[in-house]
Amino acid sequence: MRLLYFAWVKEKAGIAAEEIEPPEGVATIAELIVWLKARGPEFANAFARSEVIRAAIDHSHVRHDASIVGAREIAFFPPVTGG
Amino acid sequence: MIRVQREDFDIGAEIAALKAGRRDIGAIVTFTGTVRDQSGTVAEMTLEHYPGMTEGELQGIEAEANVRWPLQVSLIVHRVGALAPGDNIVLVVTASEHRDAAFDAARFLMDYLKTSAPLWKRESGPGGARWVEASPSDDAATSSWKKKKHAAE
Repeated sequence: MRLLYFAWVKEKAGIAAEEIEPPEGVATIAELIVWLKARGPEFANAFARSEVIRAAIDHSHVRHDASIVGAREIAFFPPVTGG
Repeated sequence: MIRVQREDFDIGAEIAALKAGRRDIGAIVTFTGTVRDQSGTVAEMTLEHYPGMTEGELQGIEAEANVRWPLQVSLIVHRVGALAPGDNIVLVVTASEHRDAAFDAARFLMDYLKTSAPLWKRESGPGGARWVEASPSDDAATSSWKKKKHAAE
């Protein structure tokens, strides 16, 4: 699946987009965040305040308990500030 | 209609295009959001967005407004990229037979847009650059519309 990062999540992670294959047992957004944080200091920093980070699956806002099964594109970003 | 664009918009031209050929519109409300320099601390504002999802969210918000109010025409234009103080950021236009629907729908569109459309502001100035923090009052404004809907049901 494709992962996208925006705003300060992107800056801290040091990457805008990547293709990943999550391991067995990573089935929700929350579990994906835990797995991402373990990949290195940049991701640990980007997701340090994971409770404030918003997620979207295939262009729809989702909560952290949402299933990622079948997702094509998952995005992580801070609370939005447009308008 | 919704548009996400780097270019500026002309409010008069947008209204003229919405009205063209129509004789049934009785009220048009517009809201324009602009960049402010915040006492000289902001020299530039950059708007980042999520191409595809931003447009989808704006279309969804507009569709919801059209369910709630009898709008004849509505338009959301949101700019992205580098902006300077005084520049336009966002335009909302609503048109209806009577003013109440146009006023209420314009406010609803702005309140929802600010909490659900994936757009992020980064401000820079003499003191450095920072990502704008989301405002709790924006969440409260959106929640108040949800309560109104529940109350109406």
